[in-house]
Order: sequence, then structure tokens, then C-alpha cells
Amino acid sequence: MGLLDAGIKNHNVLVTSVDNVLNWARLSSLWPMGFGLACCAIEMMATNASNYDLERFGIFPRSSPRQSDLMIVAGTVTMKMAERVIRLYEQMPEPRYVLSMGSCSNCGGPYWEHGYHVLKGVDRIIPVDVYVPGCPPRPESLIGGLMKVQELIRMEQIGISRADALKKLAEKSVDPQFVIERERKAAEA
Amino acid sequence: MEEGKVFSQSVQQSAAAYAIIHEKFGSAVSAFDANETMPFFEVLDARLWRDIALFMRDHAKLKFNYMACLTGMDYQAEEKLGIVCNLESLSLFNHRLAVKVKCERDGGFIPSVACVWHTANWHEREAYDMFGILFTGHPDFRRILCPDDWEGFPLRKDYKVQESYHGIKVPY
Amino acid sequence: MQELDTAGLGSIRVTRKDDHTVVIEKDLATEQMVLAMGPQHPSTHGVLKLECLTDGEVITQAEPFLGYLHRCFEKCCENVDYPAIVPYTDRLDYLSGMNSEFAYALAVEKLLDIEIPRRVEFIRVIVAELNRIASHLVAIGTYGIDLGAFTPFLFCFRDREIILGLLEWVSGARMLYNYIWIGGLAYDIPSDFLKRVGEFIAYFRPKTVELCNLLTKNEIFVKRTIGIGIMPAEVAINYGWSGPMLRGSGVKWDLRRNDPYSVYPELDFNVPVPDGKLSIVGDCLSRHLVRALEMEESLKIIEQCISKMPATEGFNPRSAIPKRIRPKAGEVYARAENPRGELGFYILSDGKSTKPLRCKARSSCFVNLSAMKDLSKGQLLPDLVAIIGSIDIVLGEVDR
Repeated sequence: MGLLDAGIKNHNVLVTSVDNVLNWARLSSLWPMGFGLACCAIEMMATNASNYDLERFGIFPRSSPRQSDLMIVAGTVTMKMAERVIRLYEQMPEPRYVLSMGSCSNCGGPYWEHGYHVLKGVDRIIPVDVYVPGCPPRPESLIGGLMKVQELIRMEQIGISRADALKKLAEKSVDPQFVIERERKAAEA
Repeated sequence: MEEGKVFSQSVQQSAAAYAIIHEKFGSAVSAFDANETMPFFEVLDARLWRDIALFMRDHAKLKFNYMACLTGMDYQAEEKLGIVCNLESLSLFNHRLAVKVKCERDGGFIPSVACVWHTANWHEREAYDMFGILFTGHPDFRRILCPDDWEGFPLRKDYKVQESYHGIKVPY
Repeated sequence: MQELDTAGLGSIRVTRKDDHTVVIEKDLATEQMVLAMGPQHPSTHGVLKLECLTDGEVITQAEPFLGYLHRCFEKCCENVDYPAIVPYTDRLDYLSGMNSEFAYALAVEKLLDIEIPRRVEFIRVIVAELNRIASHLVAIGTYGIDLGAFTPFLFCFRDREIILGLLEWVSGARMLYNYIWIGGLAYDIPSDFLKRVGEFIAYFRPKTVELCNLLTKNEIFVKRTIGIGIMPAEVAINYGWSGPMLRGSGVKWDLRRNDPYSVYPELDFNVPVPDGKLSIVGDCLSRHLVRALEMEESLKIIEQCISKMPATEGFNPRSAIPKRIRPKAGEVYARAENPRGELGFYILSDGKSTKPLRCKARSSCFVNLSAMKDLSKGQLLPDLVAIIGSIDIVLGEVDR
């Protein structure tokens, strides 16, 4: 998968493209902003803590937006908070990524209909790269989402835009229904 | 209290506490509504609410030192707003009482009891934020949960949510 | 005594007295400064904003600003049926979903006036107490992080995961359970559940002592919490404090004891209050100690529940759930002891609708936090973090 797995034998000389090295370095030290909003923040904390240990992915929360690459919007964004979220996003250095964690920040969640004070989807105010569904998502699904962010970074090249990279990522996506069917058939056989 | 019906001990204790208040304030308070779920009485003259509150807190046999809850209410049928306060005497006596105070929907006000129980401070701000109930003599009277420039009072029954807030669309 | 460097402009002396109170003397003209802390700050436990007016290092006023997580709980309640409110109550105090559901179920059952099967009551108490331990573990762990100790956090979350695993086994969800329904439960407990809970108790009992010692025997932690944010009992009651906060001030008040509900009257447990030996009554350390000691009491309660649990053949946890929940006209205020204090629900029913006319959640954190102004006055700025941590707020419950 990674560069190191390919095996380095000949006097530590490695031939690869600059993109690959840069992307590898960036995706292996993805620092999210330690920024919890609601219930999902507790699952984010649980993912950081002993059992799920996010640090093995090189992911460790930073307290300041200026030091972080990734913003995990963990929880309900309200109207009062919306402007702060925008400001925090703008303080992050480029290239920056946004992961929307949980139903509330994806689309308003259980509060979509009667929550007058709830922002119905954080993508109304900032661009979102990866959505993680769930209320709250399990740590496993958060890790899945973070790996998607890593994949997105791996797709990036100098000269192609984020939108193109996202498109390439979408092409690689697997239809879960197909996998379920395949597994079911394999189990039957 | 209804005749012929036996209430539990806690309701009887509440009735005894009410009797002391009724003796002092007479017609300013309504009759005691004895029920098992939440025994209460209503303050008919809202202007006296702070005096009643002080009396309830300081009287040697009442000592309602703990305000459990203060709920803002919208009585749409009566065209009134109001509050419901759940009071009790923490670790001194066993009686619990709920007090209701109502005011006019437009321009009515209720005296603040934030100086009697500190708890009331934020609860009253919340009641104002959600229902637009005005409290006179409150030390720090402004919205608490919604932003200061939010339009309308969300929990009123006739509330219509605003279309946008600072350029962000509000409804789904 | 500590002399602060003022570059020759005057002098500031900070003295820590024997009773741990801090006295600051200065003969130097200073200017007040407004310092905004939050809503994004690692130690505000969510999205709380504090506007501090500081005079050098000393806080003259710290005013909390809420509402950054106002999710319109009460509006949602007025628009959905009674059983559909249960998932919303989970999201109030998301660290102790079971306890919130329990309080709400109690309120509606009181309004409906229905009998609950005994086995349901015991299961409720077991899951609620398990959740209380999980919640206190988060409180203790994050309090450690706030004051610079990272290890307790890892230990606490390690043990918390076991509880979450048990509760997931019961309900299907890790955090927001929707398990305690009005009049019953969503499912019966799995067949081996009680055995596994017993194993957990055996595993966790020594760990409570270990966790307690990790912080309370840590010199740095003790120095940073003792004598900080002292709240006298009388003022605490006037502020409406409840739960570990009130007990930290030395008032032996626990709703499980003083206004008992469910099967708590049959159970034997202590209500820990600080004795003033390890801490000064009413300070941050006392509040922390109460939480640490309460975990042991919860274990005791669970043990008793397991031994008293009636085994019922063909038990249906949904047998007492009414087909159509439409309470008669009336109002109710019912409360339960949450890990953070008294969670009460005021519900008004008009007798015709299947939706409540008004449902207010009396949140313990909201009330506890309202004393912030008094607690932080005259304290040093770094101690503010210690005070917020000791209140153990959950913003979901504060803002609702």
C-alpha cells in the first residue's frame, strides 16, 4: 500500500514521483482540529482514545486551526455556531479537508424538521469532502471516513483540482449492494 | 381540596404549606389544586409574585430554599403567557409546591425572582428567549440561547421560523 | 509567596495561605482586559464561550455565553408523539443517554399512572447505573486532560469501552440507546448479560481505586484543584445545584435517596460527601472526589440488582407499554438523579393529543453552570479550566 511496504533494498535509493512523496507525507500525518460540537465529539474522542487509537494512522488532534489539515465537523452546527465554523475553516492553512461526521452535520439529522436553530447540513456554509453517516457514527465508520480522506489525498496531483480528485475517487467507489450480494452468494455456495 | 378523596402524604404536606401562604396573602393566590402529579396554586396578582416568593423562601415553616425548575408557558387559549415554578425545601422539609404566574400576552410582565433564587436568573432569561415574557427587575436581561438578533420567540404557538439568518437559509 | 515580574513598574505578590486560598496583593496600576475563551477551545467541553474580564492574571468576571448547541429540543417535543421524544432525550445529555431516557419515562409514566413490571425496573436501574459509571469515567478522564494528565484519560476510556460494549449488546447502539421506553423496554436483556456484568464488576472494582489514586494522589492535580472554586452549601442550594456538585459542597442530597423512584428504596448504597480530610469542602477536588467515589456505589447497586432480579419465564418487556399513549389532561414534574444532577421533565398534556403541549427539560448542567460567575470571581486565569472541568458540563444538556 504505502511506499515503505514496497521494500527498500538498493542503498535506500527510491525512485518515485514528487506527487507520491508529498501525498504520502501528507496523508500519513493528517492532523485534525480538536473541535467537538456535540454527541459525535464523544465518539471522536473515543476514537482517539485507547481502544481505537487513531494515532496509528498519524492522526492526532491539534488545538489550533492554524496547525491542522483536517476539520472534523463532529456534531450539530447551529445558526449561532455557523459563523464560528466558517471562521475556523478560514483560519486553516491550505490544503485543507473537511469531514462531516454524523447525520446532524450532513443534513440536520433528527432536527431537520423542527430545529429552527439548527443548520441543515454544514455543506451549506463550507465545502465538505467526505461525509460519514450515522447518529453518531461508530469509531469504525469515522476511521473509514478518515481513510477516504487519505485516499483523496493520494489521488491528488499537481495540476489537477480537488474536484477532479473527488471525481476520480467516486469512480473507484464500490457499490455496497454488489458486495453484499457477492458475499451472500459466496456464503450460500 | 376535593372532599372524600384521600391524597398521598406528599400532597397533604403541600396542602399544609399552601395553607400558610393562603393565610398571609388571601385572595392574591388561587385555591390549591391538589393532584398526585403536580400540586400547584396560581398567583392571581402577578405584581405580588416577588413578595410571595420571598415569603416562601424565608418563612420558618416553609423554607422553600430550592427552585427545581422554572418553565415558560404559552397559554394560547387564554391569550396569556406564564411561568410554572417547581419549588421545594431541600433537606429541611418534605413539602413541594408548584406555583403558576400568568401575564398578558402583549405587554404583560412578571416580577423577576432572580434575587430570591439565583437559579431563576438563567431560567427567566430562557423564558424570555423562548416566549418573550418580560421580567421586571432582572439583573441581566437578554437572550440566552438564541442569538441576540434572532427574530421572534420560538416556543410561542404562533411562531413562524425566519427564512434566513445572516444570509444562511434556515428551513430545510 | 511568589513575586511576579513586572519589569519595575510596581510589585505583585501572590501568596498561597495554609488553607490553600490565594491572596494577591499589588501596588501597580493595571488595565482590565477582555479575554474570550471558546466556543472552540480544547477545555470548554464543547461549544461554551466564556468572556472573561481579567485584571492581569486575576479574573474579575467570567460570563458564560450559551446557545452554540441549541438544538430546539422543546420545539421538537411539541411536534412529535410521546414515544418519539425518547431518542431526543438521549441527545440531551449524550454521555448518559440511559439516565435521560429513564427520567423522561418516569415523567410520562407518572402522568399515565401505570404499573411497571418489576423486572423492567431492575433492568432499568442496571443500565442506568452502568451508564452513570461510563459518564463519570468521561468526566474524570477529561478533567485529567484539562489539568495536564493524559494517562487517566486513556485508562478511563479503556474501561468505558467495556461498558459501551455491554450497553450496545443490550440496545444495539453505543451511545444514544433509545432503550428505555415509556412503560417498558425496547428489548429484554440478552441471556448471558447479567453474568457479563458480574464479570465487569469484578474487573472494574480494583480499577476504581486505581483511577481514583491516579489523580487524587497526584501532587500536581491536587495543587491545582484544592481550594479552587469553593462554593458554600447555602449558596449552592440557592443556585439550584444538584448531583455531585451539591454533594461536593457537603449537602447529602441524592434524589435516589431523598425523592426515591423506581426500585432505589430497596437498594442499599451510600451517598458520598466529602469529609474535608482530603479536600476543602466545596472546592473542585471535592467535586472530583464525589464522582470518583460514586462509581463504587454504582457498582454496589448493580450487584444488588443482579441478585434481586426476578427471573421471569416468557418475559415481555413491552407488556406494560400502552397501545396508544394519550395521557389525561394534566401536568407533571418528575425528575431523576443523572450523573450530573437533577434532570427533570415538566410535561403538560391537554388530554386530547398524542403530543405534549409543552415539554421542558430541567437540565442539571444548565443550572450548575449558572454559578460560573460567582465561582470564578477572584480566581487566577489558569484555575478557570479547573473550575469548568469540575462542573462537568455537557453542552447538549446546557443548550438543549
